[in-house]
Amino acid sequence: MERHIHAPLSKEEAKTLKAGDYVYITGTIYTARDAAHKRMWEALERGEELPFDIRKNLIYYMGPSPAREGRPIGSAGPTTASRMDKYTPKLLDLGLGGMIGKGKRSKEVLEGIVRNSAVYFAAIGGAGAILSQRILSSEVIAYEDLGTEAIRKLEVKDFPVIVVADSEGNNLYETAIKEYGEKQE
Amino acid sequence: MRTIEVSEITQAIKEMCIQANHFLSEDMKKLFNQSADIEKSPLGKQIFDQLKENLQIAGEDMIPICQDTGMAVIFMKIGQEVHFQGGSLKDAINEGVRQGYTEGYLRKSVVRDPLERENTKDNTPAVIHYEITEGDKVDITVAPKGFGSENMSRVFMLKPADGIEGVKNAILTAVKDAGPNACPPMVVGVGIGGTFEKCALMAKHALTRDLDDESQKPDTQWVRNLEQEMLEKINRLGIGPGGLGGTVTAMAVNIETYPTHIAGLPLAVNICCHVNRHAHRTI
Repeated sequence: MERHIHAPLSKEEAKTLKAGDYVYITGTIYTARDAAHKRMWEALERGEELPFDIRKNLIYYMGPSPAREGRPIGSAGPTTASRMDKYTPKLLDLGLGGMIGKGKRSKEVLEGIVRNSAVYFAAIGGAGAILSQRILSSEVIAYEDLGTEAIRKLEVKDFPVIVVADSEGNNLYETAIKEYGEKQE
Repeated sequence: MRTIEVSEITQAIKEMCIQANHFLSEDMKKLFNQSADIEKSPLGKQIFDQLKENLQIAGEDMIPICQDTGMAVIFMKIGQEVHFQGGSLKDAINEGVRQGYTEGYLRKSVVRDPLERENTKDNTPAVIHYEITEGDKVDITVAPKGFGSENMSRVFMLKPADGIEGVKNAILTAVKDAGPNACPPMVVGVGIGGTFEKCALMAKHALTRDLDDESQKPDTQWVRNLEQEMLEKINRLGIGPGGLGGTVTAMAVNIETYPTHIAGLPLAVNICCHVNRHAHRTI
């Protein structure tokens, strides 16, 4: 099903999203990848606040290429989500609304999504030029020294993603492959 | 003896880094269109359309095809009659990468130390493979390699008794495990034989093959047959574009082989996403 949603995302709306839905996101999302997750994790361990309120928000696993003059951002496609698996269940339990990335997630992350009525979207890996054009503005809000890995606040319009893992525990990566996979002799 | 100024190498590498990250080579573009035509899944077709539009935008608006503009892998085939002057060749190559990634608005993805992980901020150093050949030409291939697919690559030290079935299983295992992480539809580079490092290098080099150049295809018939068979087998896995199901998981399987030791059957699988970048130039 094709859907248009607004970010941040309430649990009630997240629950209506089903694996396989083609979704266009408009609103505010935040980027964080490997190094930013590590820092957020260390901040939590020290009992400190995170650099932004993650509740209901979507984290986009992405580190852009530099913006040319007059543009908000460079190429901006998703990175592999599984490298953030170690940190994600905790963030979900703290209220994170969902994640945008690509690739498989761990059992712990999938359970965290169900437990917290969250959602995991895939953006198309390697479509960084198209996705760049759906980003209206980009502002570094934390960890600027990390360069491409800094946390950015993005305003997006009709940002195209596909629901991979939904709040009922469905996982498109598993079901879709079964549909097209054939037995090998 | 032919003398080449190293500044000429710097300029070439700089231009090739920018070119490879914004434009796919003609053979890859052709393969992309052919693969899109045979995809059966509606969502898979939609993803192919997105990726084609992505390529167009990348070239027209000069936005890198993928934000992971890679670690610069550079194959230098240097004629033995060439003499370089004007400084260190290695420095000249890295200077080309530095200028290309800085002036070309490419992402700097290299960290100086694998554990301390401080970004070098100019995407150097490159990974450089030198080969000395006959003649007085320098043949350069710049292949920026993204790590979504690099992370899913494998080396298998098979036993001679594993034979062809062991080879097929290893390739399928690597692709199956990579699944959606490697940004399919992918190109699969395979190296069979040699030693531990030789097979990995062949797998990487196999990704740079110009698919339109008949002379770059394997000499041996069984290798050509295996490429075809593995492509069909991989596409029956159902992983599909974006890993979201479909009939095109790989667009090509390129295999290189080399003599090996009586006790071994090394095999490497280097997976590349659909953005299989390589720029080529002869000086």
